[in-house]
Amino acid sequence: MAQTNESSLLFDQPGPKGRRTIRIANLIAAVIFALVILMILMRLHNPPDGENQLSWELWKPALDYEAWSDFYLPGLWLTIKASVLAVIGSVLFGFIFGIGRLLPNLILRTVSGVIVEFCRAVPVLMLMIFFWRWFAFSGVSEASYWAVVLGLILYNGSVVAELIRSGVGNLPNGQREASLALGLTRTQSLMQIEVPQAVYAMLPAAVTQLVVVLKDTALGSIIMYTDLLQESRRLGSMYFNILQTLVVAAVIYFLVCFLLSHFARWLPKKMQERTAAPADFVEPVAPLAIMDPSNVNQIAVAKEVDEDKYGGAPRQYHAHHRGSNASIKHWKKTRYIQGYDRTQPDTLVDPKSLDIPEFLKPSPPHKVKGGKGKKKGNGHSKGSSDTPDKES
Amino acid sequence: MGSVLQLFSEYNIPGAFWVNIQLTLWSALFSLILGVILVVMRISPISSMRVFGRTYVEFFQNMPLTIIMVFMVLGVFAQLKLSFSTVFSVNFFWLAVVGLSLYTAAFVCESLRSGINTVPLGQAEAARALGLSFIQSASEIILPQAFRGSVAPLGNTFIALLKNSTVAAAASVATESSSLMSEMIEYHANSIVAIFLIFALGYVILVLPIGALTTFLSNKLAVRR
Repeated sequence: MAQTNESSLLFDQPGPKGRRTIRIANLIAAVIFALVILMILMRLHNPPDGENQLSWELWKPALDYEAWSDFYLPGLWLTIKASVLAVIGSVLFGFIFGIGRLLPNLILRTVSGVIVEFCRAVPVLMLMIFFWRWFAFSGVSEASYWAVVLGLILYNGSVVAELIRSGVGNLPNGQREASLALGLTRTQSLMQIEVPQAVYAMLPAAVTQLVVVLKDTALGSIIMYTDLLQESRRLGSMYFNILQTLVVAAVIYFLVCFLLSHFARWLPKKMQERTAAPADFVEPVAPLAIMDPSNVNQIAVAKEVDEDKYGGAPRQYHAHHRGSNASIKHWKKTRYIQGYDRTQPDTLVDPKSLDIPEFLKPSPPHKVKGGKGKKKGNGHSKGSSDTPDKES
Repeated sequence: MGSVLQLFSEYNIPGAFWVNIQLTLWSALFSLILGVILVVMRISPISSMRVFGRTYVEFFQNMPLTIIMVFMVLGVFAQLKLSFSTVFSVNFFWLAVVGLSLYTAAFVCESLRSGINTVPLGQAEAARALGLSFIQSASEIILPQAFRGSVAPLGNTFIALLKNSTVAAAASVATESSSLMSEMIEYHANSIVAIFLIFALGYVILVLPIGALTTFLSNKLAVRR
């Protein structure tokens, strides 16, 4: 269904006439498809001077119990064995040379760069053939197995190395600048700050590379590694039904790779679910600011009061408090007292009419005595205010 | 050094590379044509075409190239008796080209699709607003820009194709480079490392300029937005 999203950009939603045209086109396509299938089946049924490829005589030995137990499953096991080892090895190789390409040391960087570029440029099959012959000459047992594994490690390892390098390259510069500013060396910054983040970013691409590894193990059949493809060829040459055994092997390869590549597509979504920073919603936490007991940046609040002069919805909390770690006990109360919270109308105070505690008032120097007079004066000045004592 | 020169005089090493280059060029041509058709199918309004395009790409992306090559020879040629020529080497060459083209077309299609994603939404919307039909907006507006945006992935696909052309060994193309290397090692086991390095460096020399050209072209052709 993701299809419709991307494709609907190019054409308008079809109307009744368009839908009819599409239906007719679908019908024609179905007929052509059926005809092609029929032609292939006819060809299979009666190839020129060959035998009927559809007869059960040929399919039975490709599908029966012995074919699975003696050929396909052992072959599949060897395929999986080689690819698992190759994946582990190529991740190790990729880490060593990917990080090596980023090190400050010029010699290490150059050497890793040359090795990685070389392994990327040389076809995997050539690497495999070379190692196979070499191991065979030096008397290594299971030469073809190790040749397959090593060839895959070198090629896919260089791909992983590039993934690490590009992952580090895509990080924001601030990461390295911050770690250097904290006094880490360039190598420490690389190993402790940059590479761990890059690994996380490259994980989906690395899983996709798994599919490539699995597909490339089939190259092993060229150098006589008894993987799934080689086993199916053997079975096919036993019963002269190579077409059928190849089809079975192809279906197995397809299923395994299909599942893996769908896992690779699913993984980043899952990781995104778990790691994405929360969307910018206003969380109901105490507005906190370090070393600010009143908890309000007064200048910001003063600006905030003017902010919605066009009559927008009043904000509930102050954006600039979010993200700090300080704590304060009576944040709600102090917030209301300062008189800007329009969501709490009964706490809304005109800042000018705010009660000022007695002891803070500048006492007139000539009226030192006369506590009553003081009280009276207070009453006079606040007479018009409808919120005389907020503090009590 | 002398032994290396002797190897060059004894075997036609540039000729083997030439076979690979020919395989690559023909397959690049055919897979490009097929890939464009596939990508048009994948974005077309007709649902059966979209399903076909997606199935094709899924199928070939999850199928090892080796098995396709083996199938071309042992299945299509040996069992179904489809052949291009009575000369065996020519026949196997074209069977390998067919296998490589079918396989690479899926990757060309995906590269072009990633190029389509670089075309801003407004372009397609403007084309529709002007009343262009699907074919018109695809061929006049979207695909030309998509091509320019997909130079880098296409270049990577063709580098992979050049390297994959060695898998033609599985389709019994005996004159290409990996088969020749195998043969040379068999008769000159002592200079195995030298032989490997000759072929490996040959590929490095072929691949690096393509990579550089790809980077240059993708910067030059990218639509500045």
